[in-house]
Amino acid sequence: MEENGDIENKETGPKEVSLPGSTYVTRVKVFFEQVTLLTKFALHFFKDVFKRPYEFREFVKQCYLIGYKSFPLIAITGFIMGLVLTIQSRPTLAEFGAQSWLPGMVAISIVREMGPVITALIFAGKVGSSIGAELASMRVTEQIDAMEVSGMNPFKYIVVTRILAATLMLPILVIMADGISIYGSYMGVNIQGDVSFHLFFLQVIETLSFSDIFPATIKTFFFGFAVGLIGCYSGYNSNQGTEGVGKAANAAVVLSSLSIFVLDMIAVQITSLLT
Amino acid sequence: MDIEHLKKSFGNKDVLKDISLKIEKGENLVVLGKSGSGKSVLIKCLVGLMECDAGKIVLFGKDIAELTEEELNAVRKKIGFLFQSAALYDSMTVRENLEFPLRDKKESKEEIEALVKEALKNVGLEDTIDKMPSELSGGMRKRLGLARTLILKPEIILYDEPTTGLDPITSREISRLILDVQKKYNASSIIITHDIECAHIIANQVTVIKDGITYAKGTFEELSESKDEWVRSFFK
Repeated sequence: MEENGDIENKETGPKEVSLPGSTYVTRVKVFFEQVTLLTKFALHFFKDVFKRPYEFREFVKQCYLIGYKSFPLIAITGFIMGLVLTIQSRPTLAEFGAQSWLPGMVAISIVREMGPVITALIFAGKVGSSIGAELASMRVTEQIDAMEVSGMNPFKYIVVTRILAATLMLPILVIMADGISIYGSYMGVNIQGDVSFHLFFLQVIETLSFSDIFPATIKTFFFGFAVGLIGCYSGYNSNQGTEGVGKAANAAVVLSSLSIFVLDMIAVQITSLLT
Repeated sequence: MDIEHLKKSFGNKDVLKDISLKIEKGENLVVLGKSGSGKSVLIKCLVGLMECDAGKIVLFGKDIAELTEEELNAVRKKIGFLFQSAALYDSMTVRENLEFPLRDKKESKEEIEALVKEALKNVGLEDTIDKMPSELSGGMRKRLGLARTLILKPEIILYDEPTTGLDPITSREISRLILDVQKKYNASSIIITHDIECAHIIANQVTVIKDGITYAKGTFEELSESKDEWVRSFFK
């Protein structure tokens, strides 16, 4: 088999003696190089997303795979999250005689932060790794090259559709997870109490406001975009070989998860400035 | 296709130093060379999958370095490329693999179905139409890759090691299929291989690459009787 992969990656020249601190300088340099490449990748996405053809069928297929297929896992996680948060919070509120605040407090916690962030982290693990591994595998088996050689735009067909699907599906999943979490909280309240669903729901509605829901929903679009972008970038630019597939999947999850926390931090700052 | 003084390096390593080739209409050109001599790099440069450092590649009268992305894609639609591993889309069935290159064609569903069935009949895989690529043997995957390459009736076909990994009987079948394709479509072909029997069956012309340069050119018979021992050693 032609070893052009080896030819591309072989290092030549004499081995250099490294100075103290040069490893860290190299790492910082590599970090900024990767950030630059990721930015170019994102700009390529924005350039292609508005160009014809729109690959609508592939986009719908990805929405089904990324959104619908992720729902069971997100639903289970959401339910447990609401239930556990309620059970853990109840004793502390009971000390102050404030059990009646439980539905509102849990609803705000879930809708503002825990729902979006935890759902996004689960999403990054499931979808980010799947996209990273799939695209890396396509790169290794030359499927992306085959698409390019056949005169079509593989970036548009593979990358644009997946990033768009991730961006649109995560907010929907978060909204559903929030609803299921609140129901889980209702179940948690009724383990030791006896609260009707009507009363519980009224307390949730009275507590939540537009400033709780709107910023939390907006930031999930950014979370979804980050997961899709980083998953596609890791896989599309992976090195040859099965090691590259594993690294792409791992990088997709780790970097997506980290970016979710960074974006959340930025979102919280912006929200507190505006409100 | 006209290739003039092609150069390509990776870091400090010069893979292609000075490659010049010319392929006439309807001709099968076999490129021989040792492993690591840059044959696959050459073939990827020809379709723009890799950018060359220097030299000129003229396809259908156009220098591909001067083409826009849209113009290059239009030229690529006239070229077929059979990858070493066939590069089948493993999330799609055989039918979907063959329909994929026809996506932006204006044919009706029935016409596309007919084209797909004709392509499978040409390679003897009519019964596999609804199977997944993972259910096919190595030889069947290669034949399916060839069917997908041919479905747009290309004028130039590039083959990257078409018989690598196949048993001798299947290798001969693929080689004869390539020859039949050339006769049926009057396509020009470049075949990268180090399978001498395949070269013997297919080649009108043979080029031998050594150390990144075009070392020898001629017919199979001429080169197998070459005065250069290194060239002769390929044909023993």
